[in-house]
Amino acid sequence: MSTLITKVRQKQLVLLIEKGKRVDGRGLTDFRDLKVEEGLIERAEGSARLLLGKTDVLVGVKIETGEPFPDTPNEGVLTVNAELVPLASASFEPGPPDESSIELARIVDRGIRESKAIDNEKLCIEAGKKVFVVFVDVYVLNHDGNLIDASALAAVSALINTKMPNYEIKDGEVIIKQGYTPLPLKSRPITITVGKVGEKLLLDLGLEEEQVMDARISFAINEEGSICAVQKGGSGYFTPQQIIDASRLAQEKAAELRKKLKW
Amino acid sequence: MNDKQEKLIDKKGIRLDGRKADELRPLKLEVGVLPNADGSAYIEHGKNKILVGVFGPREMHPKHLSRPDRMVLRCRYHMAPFSVQERKSPAPSRREVELSKVIREALEPALFLEMYPRTGIDIFVEILQADGGTRCASITAAALALADSGIPMRDLVVACAAGKVDDTVVLDLYDAEDKLGVADVPVAYMPNLNAVTLLQMDGILTPVEFEKAVNMAIDGCKKIYAVQKEALKTKYMHIKEDTQEESEE
Repeated sequence: MSTLITKVRQKQLVLLIEKGKRVDGRGLTDFRDLKVEEGLIERAEGSARLLLGKTDVLVGVKIETGEPFPDTPNEGVLTVNAELVPLASASFEPGPPDESSIELARIVDRGIRESKAIDNEKLCIEAGKKVFVVFVDVYVLNHDGNLIDASALAAVSALINTKMPNYEIKDGEVIIKQGYTPLPLKSRPITITVGKVGEKLLLDLGLEEEQVMDARISFAINEEGSICAVQKGGSGYFTPQQIIDASRLAQEKAAELRKKLKW
Repeated sequence: MNDKQEKLIDKKGIRLDGRKADELRPLKLEVGVLPNADGSAYIEHGKNKILVGVFGPREMHPKHLSRPDRMVLRCRYHMAPFSVQERKSPAPSRREVELSKVIREALEPALFLEMYPRTGIDIFVEILQADGGTRCASITAAALALADSGIPMRDLVVACAAGKVDDTVVLDLYDAEDKLGVADVPVAYMPNLNAVTLLQMDGILTPVEFEKAVNMAIDGCKKIYAVQKEALKTKYMHIKEDTQEESEE
């Protein structure tokens, strides 16, 4: 997910961040403009497009019937996949999902799964035999940094927007009826990623800033302010104190975004 | 997860496998176990049995992946089909791809990658038997295998998980606690540098519980660090004994 930038530019970015400033004039903990548009793909049961600055992520939710996992016979199934579409960045290549798109999908998945966002038991049609499978497909349309937060927020927005088909069971067959009901949700997790550049912690890193980032840490946070999933990434490290600071930063920002999004 | 489920911790605070909340599972570490690898290590942590082999620094294959300014570290975390209850397909799963990445990123801060341009190191982690906490045990063993290969390191990397089971924050979750517990927080740490190089979590924790779990995991790491260093020394003690015997003969 990297783009080459010159050493001079790298140095400039680092020096600015050390002074608590950023190239685009934001403060260290400011997010770029956030815009969410819901339900723009009619063929999908749910969808949302999220713009975070120039980062552009489209999420489509499809719902199909399938078999439950043997260890959770009366729960629906969640499947999250992420595509780094080649038109989104010169560094994305066609082909099977690579390490970064698999990690991205798994971070989004864990945020939704561990916060128990979807009321899985309501997705059961016939215990042990038939349940609804929720496919969340994250489609990155333009990469300008912070794909994790953008994708996770877009995925939850799409789930909020998702409608489940009405159905009835006749002779063990599922028959889809007219009309829809909203997907049963229990929580709306917000994922915030904190980046470390030098000794500074900052939020919502742009594409260039990600090139000088030592390490990142993502927190999925629910309505109560509890932490539901964490993932550190990147080749650098955090001190234990920086982890505590980062988690507080993430919680403050999550609360702020929750207000703004009216979640 | 479920109220009907049997408790994982009894009234006296003893866990199902007989441990106290802050007690580690039995741990065994061995260094230099693979004759063909440049460095290797074997770890038994509870019922986890993991073998790690390190090859390199060596020429990169394919060559175009090499970097002109630094060494490339590659890591493959792989589970043997017989390592878990239900046979696992040997093809790499998404979980294995992700773990390979986070293990690599946990070890990278310990190495001086810029000192070996155009080369590569391969770390192969084979899970022979899994019992919860395999990523942590893999990191602990992989750091030893790297040290065994003789490459300079800033510090050993050591990893341990903490988590929440029933209502208690506990150290070093085993399989059943991992599956039925509330949360799991694996941490990798370099004690000399006070640096956390891996941190993940799933489950739900309040901020206070999260802090407690991270600190408990770091304390666990420090205990394992002592065992790790001992394992490395033991290898050289054996070499010393062997050479002394030879010279006496």
